[in-house]
Amino acid sequence: MAVREVAALDVGVDTSAVTPVRRQRRLGGLFVASVIWIALVGLGAIFAGLLPIPSPTEMDMLGKRALPSAEHWLGNDVLGRDVFSRLIYGGRISLTVGLLAPVIGVTVGGALGMLAGYFRGRFETIVTGGVDVLLAFPPLVFALAVTAYLGQSILNITLVIGILGIPAFTRVARAVTLSLSEREFVTAARALGATHSRILLRELLPNVALPLVAFFLLGVAVTIVVEGALSFLGLGVPPPAPSWGSMIGEGRESLDIAPWLAFLPAIFMFLTVLAFNVIGDTLRALTDPRPGAL
Amino acid sequence: MTQPLLSVRNLSTRFRTDRGLVRAVDDVSFDVAPGETLAIVGESGSGKSVTALSILRLIPDPPGKIESGEILFEGKDLLKLDDAGIRAIRGDRIAMIFQEPMSSLNPALTVGLQVGEPINLHRKTVWSKALDKAAELLGKVRIPDGKSRLNSYPHQYSGGMRQRVMIAMALACQPKLIIADEPTTALDVTVQAQILALLKELTREANSAMILITHDLGVVARYADRVAVMYGGRIVETAPARPLYKSPRHPYTRGLMASVPRLDGDTGRPLVPIEGQPPDLASLPAGCAFALRCKDATERCHRERPPLVESARHHFSACWYHERLAA
Repeated sequence: MAVREVAALDVGVDTSAVTPVRRQRRLGGLFVASVIWIALVGLGAIFAGLLPIPSPTEMDMLGKRALPSAEHWLGNDVLGRDVFSRLIYGGRISLTVGLLAPVIGVTVGGALGMLAGYFRGRFETIVTGGVDVLLAFPPLVFALAVTAYLGQSILNITLVIGILGIPAFTRVARAVTLSLSEREFVTAARALGATHSRILLRELLPNVALPLVAFFLLGVAVTIVVEGALSFLGLGVPPPAPSWGSMIGEGRESLDIAPWLAFLPAIFMFLTVLAFNVIGDTLRALTDPRPGAL
Repeated sequence: MTQPLLSVRNLSTRFRTDRGLVRAVDDVSFDVAPGETLAIVGESGSGKSVTALSILRLIPDPPGKIESGEILFEGKDLLKLDDAGIRAIRGDRIAMIFQEPMSSLNPALTVGLQVGEPINLHRKTVWSKALDKAAELLGKVRIPDGKSRLNSYPHQYSGGMRQRVMIAMALACQPKLIIADEPTTALDVTVQAQILALLKELTREANSAMILITHDLGVVARYADRVAVMYGGRIVETAPARPLYKSPRHPYTRGLMASVPRLDGDTGRPLVPIEGQPPDLASLPAGCAFALRCKDATERCHRERPPLVESARHHFSACWYHERLAA
């Protein structure tokens, strides 16, 4: 009888104490603003073709560096192209590359890291060695080599940045898996007769996924900057397609007379990167199971 | 005696460490009869947990390795099974309960998914049915309102409730043998008794045998049918629980009993600790491992290792002077 009573008491204490604490973790204005910004840029990128904006590549030779007007909301660039429209279309490239490249990193790197951290042994040695080699390889040379041989395209840029991102994800996944594999629930799962694949997918993956998702969002932010840098250097998507990085590069030539041509895309990039970082940090804080679980 | 359910013969498990080869379990033999509760008692580092992990071949290899021996379970040598064979035994025929209920449950999965896991795994039951069974099992381990608690996460449970969940998982496939590795060490004293009583009741109901690993002699006295005392990776004394308490025939067992308070008999008796440290398993002495701490050790004890011999009916002791101790 005593057993029943104590157990019932546990239930009462637990539910009343735990639930409100979880609710109290508020999201904050910065997070909401970040989500709204990403949503706006994202929707703009998806529906750019349907929006009532001028073509991003149509040149108006009489309106070079024109100031904002009703027709051109943010003015024109050096070649008389609509800046606002180019910012929207540029977001398309930044977001495509920014989201797809870390997907390559998180899948390949996450899988390699988990396998290395779980099975250890020779496989781990090979993986960590390979990761170190990839880290030591100069990224710009790699990007140059790929674009020189395979040509400049969104796909190639994505592949280059994606592959360069694998080592970081591998390391995170391996470190988390290593520490989790020491925990008793993995031994407990083995004691229940679970296979390696079942332990990896059911026991470890849900725990590794949380830090990886947070890291993924930070990866998106970094990738957008890297894509911008590559485009700034002329290694990104080929002109006349707009990209925030190439816009900054083109705007650099008229910094003295029309500084907004470089600053507007820079601000867009800054806000987008900041928003991804804020969302990533907030999600990590929200989903981190460690304080509650241990 | 009936055919034993589990028969461990000359089991030796070693670990390769920086300090050399550690004989964590050295030539250990014991039997467990169907439905029986065997307690394995010993200090930290005496090899009792490694013995338990060795039975299910859960020793991390490397650095550990089961060097020799046989583990006969229902007539099959578990050490000779292939990976799939031992997986079919784990969790189905032999289940294990661990010391730390805090870390033995996966923090990212709901309790329902974890309790249903062995049923889904071994009985190939569809998940909806496995979850029904899980709710039923939670009721069995006295977690009220099991159905709605299936969706809770482990961190929403208290330590005692988590250990109940572990018991539910262990019982899921009605195993013939449950190995409980210090199941109550991490729990509050008040909860310990409840958990052990529950464990005992449920194993009796299912007619399962149990190996109860503990360092708590009080636990042993109440719940075990038979006791094996381990020291320095070996069994130094084994006997049915009652005779072991009444007349221990190994100085180490005597020392253990003198060092814990007893509520029966002489309550004013002072507690006598065992002097010295447990032996270093990497460099065990040639003679009796306990000789260095034994007050009555002679030259022979330091020179020769005493074998485990039957001192009285069903009462085995590994001491040269077991007869003198009995007197």
